[in-house]
This record gives sequence, structure tokens and C-alpha cells, in this order.
Amino acid sequence: MTSFGDDNDVKPFRTHRGRVAPLNRINVDTDQIIPKQFLKRIERTGFGQFLFYDWRFAADGKKNAGFILDEPRYAGASILVSGKNFGCGSSREHAVWALTDFGFRAVISSSFADIFANNSTKNGFLTVRLSESEVAELMKRADEMNDYQLTIDLEQLEVRDDHGFSAKFPIDEFVRHCLLNGLDDIGLTLQHEAEITAYEALHPAPASVEAPRA
Amino acid sequence: MPAPRTLFEKIWDAHLVAQPSGRSPIVYIDLHLVHEVTSPQAFDGLRTAGRKVRQPARTVATVDHNIPTEPRGTPITDLIAAAQIAALQANCKEFGVQLFDMDSPEQGIVHVIGPELGLTQPGMTIVCGDSHTSTHGAFGSLAFGIGTSEVEHVLATQCLAQQKPKTMKIDVRGRLAEGVTAKDLALGIIGQIGTDGATGYVIEYAGDAVRGLSMEGRMTLCNMSIEAGARAGMIAPDETTFAYVKGKRFAPRDGEWEKAVEYWRGLPTDEGARFDKVVEMDAAQLCPFVTWGTNPGMVAPVTGRVPDLGSLKESDHRATELALQYMGLEPGKRIEDIGIDRVFIGSCTNSRIEDLRAAAQVAKGYHVSAKVRAMVVPGSQAIKRAAEREGLHRIFLDAGFEWRESGCSMCLGMNPDILQPGERCASTSNRNFEGRQGRGGRTHLVSPMMAAAAAIAGHFTDIRNWKFQ
Repeated sequence: MTSFGDDNDVKPFRTHRGRVAPLNRINVDTDQIIPKQFLKRIERTGFGQFLFYDWRFAADGKKNAGFILDEPRYAGASILVSGKNFGCGSSREHAVWALTDFGFRAVISSSFADIFANNSTKNGFLTVRLSESEVAELMKRADEMNDYQLTIDLEQLEVRDDHGFSAKFPIDEFVRHCLLNGLDDIGLTLQHEAEITAYEALHPAPASVEAPRA
Repeated sequence: MPAPRTLFEKIWDAHLVAQPSGRSPIVYIDLHLVHEVTSPQAFDGLRTAGRKVRQPARTVATVDHNIPTEPRGTPITDLIAAAQIAALQANCKEFGVQLFDMDSPEQGIVHVIGPELGLTQPGMTIVCGDSHTSTHGAFGSLAFGIGTSEVEHVLATQCLAQQKPKTMKIDVRGRLAEGVTAKDLALGIIGQIGTDGATGYVIEYAGDAVRGLSMEGRMTLCNMSIEAGARAGMIAPDETTFAYVKGKRFAPRDGEWEKAVEYWRGLPTDEGARFDKVVEMDAAQLCPFVTWGTNPGMVAPVTGRVPDLGSLKESDHRATELALQYMGLEPGKRIEDIGIDRVFIGSCTNSRIEDLRAAAQVAKGYHVSAKVRAMVVPGSQAIKRAAEREGLHRIFLDAGFEWRESGCSMCLGMNPDILQPGERCASTSNRNFEGRQGRGGRTHLVSPMMAAAAAIAGHFTDIRNWKFQ
């Protein structure tokens, strides 16, 4: 989608409809989303199998019974609903890579940690902020109804289901623009090459910083 | 007269490269710190797009997260960790980035060596692919953690597109009492405002209690800002700051030094500048704290108890129940009755020389409880050498603590230093999340003195009653 000849293009997000899985916890930290033992890989791919690992798997690697994402009725879910302060803690982008690789396109919560929200944007993964009562309502519907589906409409900034729920959500206009168009913002920043060069002319790297050993 | 500005606003304004309409402002980054875990995919991105590191002279790398703390030279048995370290070495070589490698005398935790080498200076913008980058705000810089995509962005452009955060002032009146440290101040703040209390904000810590902190203490306080959700934490630079920076390897020298200090003196928040939010605290209300749950906001005075559900808001009940179940604790249990198996003194929060001195002072003349395994992991090779010159390692070793090589170690357990399932640890680190220090491990966050005292007593004990030898 970008016009910058870039290989880091992000998958555009316009409207997405999918099955909803409820994760009824608050303060879900990135250590839970992807535990540290899986951060040693040097690729961006293959993290989905480790998503929520310590909750999903026992110490011997066998599946724990009863973790919500493993219930057959939530199979193939692409929208996660969870409690406030989702994605807090470590800056590891691996958390977003694990969620997207597992098949999620968006997470709905009443609040998100800043770094997690930033990382999400860069990967075409949407963080949808609704009120606590709206999140509670979605959590309830996803729990009570079979194959509960939501539509997240980034053009209308609206979340809706087939049972009368609809809610607007806020998003930074520039973030929305990037997501809708799958823009790589390195390319956007480099459009300001002249300004960066001018800034650097006025602010050279300190002379006392030694030249790197190439 | 120009409108009064905060410390944050002065740094932000000075680093604006462009403000394209309808887009996030583009901010220049003075210093980019890089480590092995969050950078390989970023360097890959550069390669794929055919880009270079724009400012190698503003980019500094080290290895800290996954390296063993066994004596250097011991082979790394974790092959995936070894591959990640090798990837950083190869990337630094290919892109011309200075690397303080495993065998370097300057190696250490990225947030320890930045200040120690004088790379961290007031007024700078500093980023790193690590949430505890907030540490560097102690020098009156704007420092924050970023993800790998943004690491790539900074490598390629030396800039970041950032929405302007809001500002919060946390004003701590009065003085901290004996035995109450910067760590307790940090835990006290998070306990009060919550782990999302500062989400979307940059905190400026102010007040006599903050001014009275050493640079080590200020780093501990700013380090934990992220645990309150803050984008960054910062403290206005003053004589304490200048005295610390002066003479450091990469600090300005000679005539440059005077010019730098003159600029830095203009950075503190102007009289009358407005913050989006102000929180006031009384230092006299603070005491040594111990976390009892699975996030840093779940905290109690050492003289207190694990909470009863009845004492909490109903919306907190479920999270508290889950936390107590994970931690294996009964509601109402006295904190001082909680026995421990392990002690970890280290991490970017509390592994600096002052932290080690404080812990050694407690340990001196005592021995670690027979049921406890305790380790001290200095934040850097320089700190390790300094501690050894002072004989601190002798005190620790004589008392039965392990004395190890520098790295992140058991703060996040990416290397072999981990808790076993069910083990309970008094830790000077920053996160007590489930499994953080090892699957099934139970972490209680405390100050270095409290950790040392717990190692000896075998349970938490009020450092204010300690009989120093």
C-alpha cells in the first residue's frame, strides 16, 4: 500500500469481523503474553505457538485444561477482549508478534500500556479502547453466546455485533491513517530528510563520543 | 516573556525536527542504546530495506539480558541465547555500532552503563528497546522504552514519530526516614497511584525527598516509572547530577563542560509552569515496603499484612484472589511471617555501587539463613570492580551470598538464573509478574537492605530494627 518502495509494509486494517475470545483478567502484562524464554529467537515469526504459554501449558509442555483460548468454541478467534491496562510491563514487541501470529487482529480493553499500543500500531494490530462497562458487556456476550462475533470498523471508528451492541472508539488520527493504509512510518519520517539533516547540522554528535569500531 | 515550561517541555521543544500537519511530531533522538534481545529483527529490517544506521556515533550496544553470570569465559550452553549474542556482534560489526561485548571491561546492564560511561546526560532524548529506559530520566533527560519496530525506526532515521505525552508532577515533601530508600519511595508511589496511574504521562519527580536522593537513588526511582505505566520519569538536573556526570568517559570536557552545564542549568521546570496532573506525597508516611502480589502496585508496609479482600474495592477482588493464589499466600498473613527461599540483589533498578554498599552493610558479620540461596549480581563490570576494591565482595562471600558477573540475570530469568516452581524470592528488581523470575516462582520486590536482611533472617524483617555489626 505504501508508495515508499519499502519492504516493511504493514497489513492494512479497515474493517474486520471475527470471533471474540474473552480473557477476563486485568493488567495482563507482556510477560504473560509471551514469557521470556521465547524472546531469544531472532526472527519476527513463529511466536504464536508460545502465546500465553504459562497459562496454556503445564511445566511438562502438556496443555493445561480449561484455558479460554483452547476451548473449542473460541477456536479461530481473531478478537480478544480483556481487562484494563492490557500489555503493561516489558516493551517486548514479541507480545504483539505472538498475538498476530496466533491469529488475532485486534484486542479490546478499557486501557492499554503505552509501549504495547505503539508496538501494535507498527504491526497493523488494532488496540480498541472502550469504556469499562462496554468491555464488561462484550466479555459477558462472548462468554454467554456461541460463536460470538464482532465487527471492528476502523473507518467508522465503531465496534458492533449482530445483537444490538454498538460503540464508538477513539484513536489518534495519524495512527488511524497509518493503519487504514498499512503505512510504514519509517518511510514517512524519511520524507523529512531535509529537516533531519538541517537539525543534525545544528546538533552534531558530541565530539567526545568516540568513533565506533567498525 | 515566554510562557513558563516544564523540564519535559523544554527537552521536547528542543528536539522537534518537524511537525507535519495531521501527523505525530518527529522528535530527534540523541542517544540510542541497543541490546541483544530487542534488536535482531530491527537490524534485519534495515538489511531488507537496504538502509544504514544513520548515526552510529549516537548508537551504543551491549549484551546484558540473556548472558550467564557465571565467570566470564564459561561457554554459553544455551545455544539460542548464544545465537542471539552472535547476531548482535555481527550486526554491530556490519553497521558500525560500538559494542561493549561480554569480555569488555565496560559491559553491564544497558541502563547502568549509559550513566556510568557519561553517555547519559541532562537534556538528552534517550531511547532503548527496553521499558526501563526511564532510568536515564534521573539525569533530567527524556528517556523512554520502545519496541523493536521503533528501534529500527531510530536506527534508520535517528528520529521517532511520537504523540506528545501529558505531564504529571509527583511532589514528595519532607525527608525519607532512615531505612526508607528510593525503592520504597517508588513502591509507595506505585501502591498509591496504581500500575496504570501514569499511563500516557511523563512524570517529573520533585520535592525535598527527591532532591535529597543520590544519583543512584534517582535512577532507582525513575527506573520504576514504567511500573506506574508512565512513558518516562524525570528529575531536574542539579549539582548532584553535574557532580556525577563530570569526568565520566563520554561526558563533555574542558570548555565543552562549562557550556554544557550552563545549558543544563536552564532545564529545570520554570516557576508557574503547568502540569496536566499533580500528585502530592508526604515522605514521612513512607516506610520499607514489600510487594505481596503479582504486580508492583500490590504492596504493603513491612509491618503490615497481606490484605483481606474485605479491605479492598470489589473491582480488585478477582485480581487479588488470583494473585494470592499464585503467590501461595493467605489473606491477613503478617508480611514479616513470610519465609523466603531465594534472594536476588541486582537488576537495572538496584545493582549500583550504593545499592551494594547498603546491602553489604546489612550483611556484615551475619550469615545467610541455611534455607536461603542468595545472589548478588553487580550491574556492570565497573561496579563489580569498584565493589571488589572496597571489599564488599568479601562481606557478601563471607556471609554466604554468591558473587556473580554483571547482567540482567534473575530480574527476568532469560539466562540460567531462575527460580524453581514455588520458590519464594526477595528481589531488588522491578517486576513481580507471574513467572517473571522463573515459571511458578514467587517474587517479592524490596530494597537492597530489605533483601539482605531477609536473606539472613530467612523471612522479611523491618530493616529499621536491624542490628548493624
